[in-house]
Amino acid sequence: MTIQRRTLLGATVAAPTILTAGAALAQARTIRIAMAGPLTGANATFGAQMREGATQLVTDLNAAGGVLGQQLVLETGDDACDPRQAVSVANQLAGRQVRVVLGHYCSGSSIPASKVYTEEGVLQISPASTNPAYTDSGAWNTFRTCGRDDQQGAVAGKYIAETYRGRRVAVLHDNSAYGKGLADETKKAMNAAGLTEQIYAAYTPGERDYNAVISRLKAANVDVIYVGGYHTEAGLIVRQAKEQGMNVTLIGGDALMTNEFWQISGAAGEGTLMTFSSDPRKRPTAAEVVARFRARNIDPEGFALYTYAAGQIWAEAAKKANTVDPRRVAETMKSSGPWQTVLGPISFDRKGDVTVPDYVFYIWKNGSYAEMS
Amino acid sequence: MAYALQQLINGVALGMIYGLIAVGYTMVYGIIGMINFAHGDIFMVGAFVSLISFVLLTTGGWGAGPGAILLVLLVSMAVTALYGWSVERVAYRPLRGSFRLAPLISAIGMSIVLQNYVQVAQGARAKPIESVVTGSVELWHGNGFAVSISTMQALIVVVTLAVLAIFTWLVTKTSLGRAMRACEQDRKMAGLLGIDTDRTISITFVIGAALAAVAGTMYLLRYGVVHFSDGFLVGVKAFTAAVFGGIGSLPGAVLGGLLIGLIETFWSAYFSVQYKDVATFVILVITLVFMPTGLLGRAEVEKV
Repeated sequence: MTIQRRTLLGATVAAPTILTAGAALAQARTIRIAMAGPLTGANATFGAQMREGATQLVTDLNAAGGVLGQQLVLETGDDACDPRQAVSVANQLAGRQVRVVLGHYCSGSSIPASKVYTEEGVLQISPASTNPAYTDSGAWNTFRTCGRDDQQGAVAGKYIAETYRGRRVAVLHDNSAYGKGLADETKKAMNAAGLTEQIYAAYTPGERDYNAVISRLKAANVDVIYVGGYHTEAGLIVRQAKEQGMNVTLIGGDALMTNEFWQISGAAGEGTLMTFSSDPRKRPTAAEVVARFRARNIDPEGFALYTYAAGQIWAEAAKKANTVDPRRVAETMKSSGPWQTVLGPISFDRKGDVTVPDYVFYIWKNGSYAEMS
Repeated sequence: MAYALQQLINGVALGMIYGLIAVGYTMVYGIIGMINFAHGDIFMVGAFVSLISFVLLTTGGWGAGPGAILLVLLVSMAVTALYGWSVERVAYRPLRGSFRLAPLISAIGMSIVLQNYVQVAQGARAKPIESVVTGSVELWHGNGFAVSISTMQALIVVVTLAVLAIFTWLVTKTSLGRAMRACEQDRKMAGLLGIDTDRTISITFVIGAALAAVAGTMYLLRYGVVHFSDGFLVGVKAFTAAVFGGIGSLPGAVLGGLLIGLIETFWSAYFSVQYKDVATFVILVITLVFMPTGLLGRAEVEKV
């Protein structure tokens, strides 16, 4: 009886120990990487794109034997595009010992989160944050696979000045890091090319009624509205402008690259222009990966492939540096390259920005967008 | 001149929606002396119910004519009224004898519950519908500026005025209204005189929620988008409108809503758009300094 009890006791003590040891062993053989972005909130659609990209990447890398012989585990963090939530997500992810974070989406989240990652020694590659301040701070750990607002704004501003010479332009922004940054860069490039805007104003994001501002634009006989902001407000602005009988062209940035823009704007969105990189899905380098996405019934639109490419570069750099130590991987990412990715070859400058951004114009027609010829 | 007229139209249409919601705040305050912080979210629920009804109607092939709009409005009023009734039953009635701040806290709790419930049930993205009421009329052409009023703006003004007329009649001329006013003056005495005060309070909540549903439907038709957090943003403005006009006063709530809509619009029209909320609240503070009970509020008489 006594013996029996003792054995039982021994077994109960031993069992969890073995389990823990097993878990620890499994842990030693895996590398944690993370995707962080808005999985809820107004921009959840982009977070979902990023998650699809990251999930596919981890599946593909693991199928090919992992990185440095270790399997990858994907963590996800939801910042809802809220700067405060982004910081707490960043702390959580750092606490879970992730080596690299693919994210965040909104510049307003990426910038505060990057401070946490810098301190905690985590590498950060954003597939979408275009505000210059994100990499301009000179931290060792910040990278992006997308362009910068000054590059995007330069393309948009030059185009507006050339195409709408002598017409009346209004520049609006939503006061966010992304929106204002983009609007300011566009305005700067447009002014440099010899076209001055009639109105430069901010609107409050999250509201629904922009009629007062629109009547103001109408009184100024504006032909072109440039919006530095997100798709919900841009959609409402163009819809309400057409309702007031204005004949305007809306021009925006990469945030308008979602079908939700059209759902909100309706037919009023016809002819809306926006800047974005030329469609990565159509590049020959992406064909194979796109086919794998489609096999899972997922269309890798928007930022999915940018997230995928961010992870690819990290994995290649880790292999080359023969370590996952974030600092050494970051050094390798900047010094070596170009890296072969789904987006094509990518090299980074000292700040962590891509050296060759490729912004082109897209146009909304009949509920879908296409690259402008 | 034409420009100012256009902004007047914009401001009135916006203010009417604030006013409709403000009536709900003011009615509840009048009868039980508490701020129903969940009212903005009741409005949001109303907008969502209309959205779902519209989607059902269009996929069912019944189109979107005036009949469909009326049907949606009635469905939304009925369902939202049920929400209003439940909120009162669950969160406020059990706390009625409790200290003053208890129902206030449970109201904030209800607001969070409703928001999160809709976020979980309907998703976190802004939900759009296609334009139902389209078209606009050019009223006047002056100095190269065409003043136009859209059918929807006209509809909002007409519906708001009609609904308010009905409820004013209800409160001033019917026995229910008399019961409500009696509860407002002295709930204990009204109870002693045979008025079912619990029932009267319930009905007040039901009416408030139905009005919020009307506002929600108009809001959805006007802007075509609704998001689970809209109740908070619009609710704060409507609550401000109720305080501005004098909380407890029905015409005051509408007047407050109109003024806030107009101040916002005219400030955006002539000054910096970014500071329109600052302007609104500065005017509110100045008004309250000189008229502590709001524009049409009555000073509370100390009962001895």
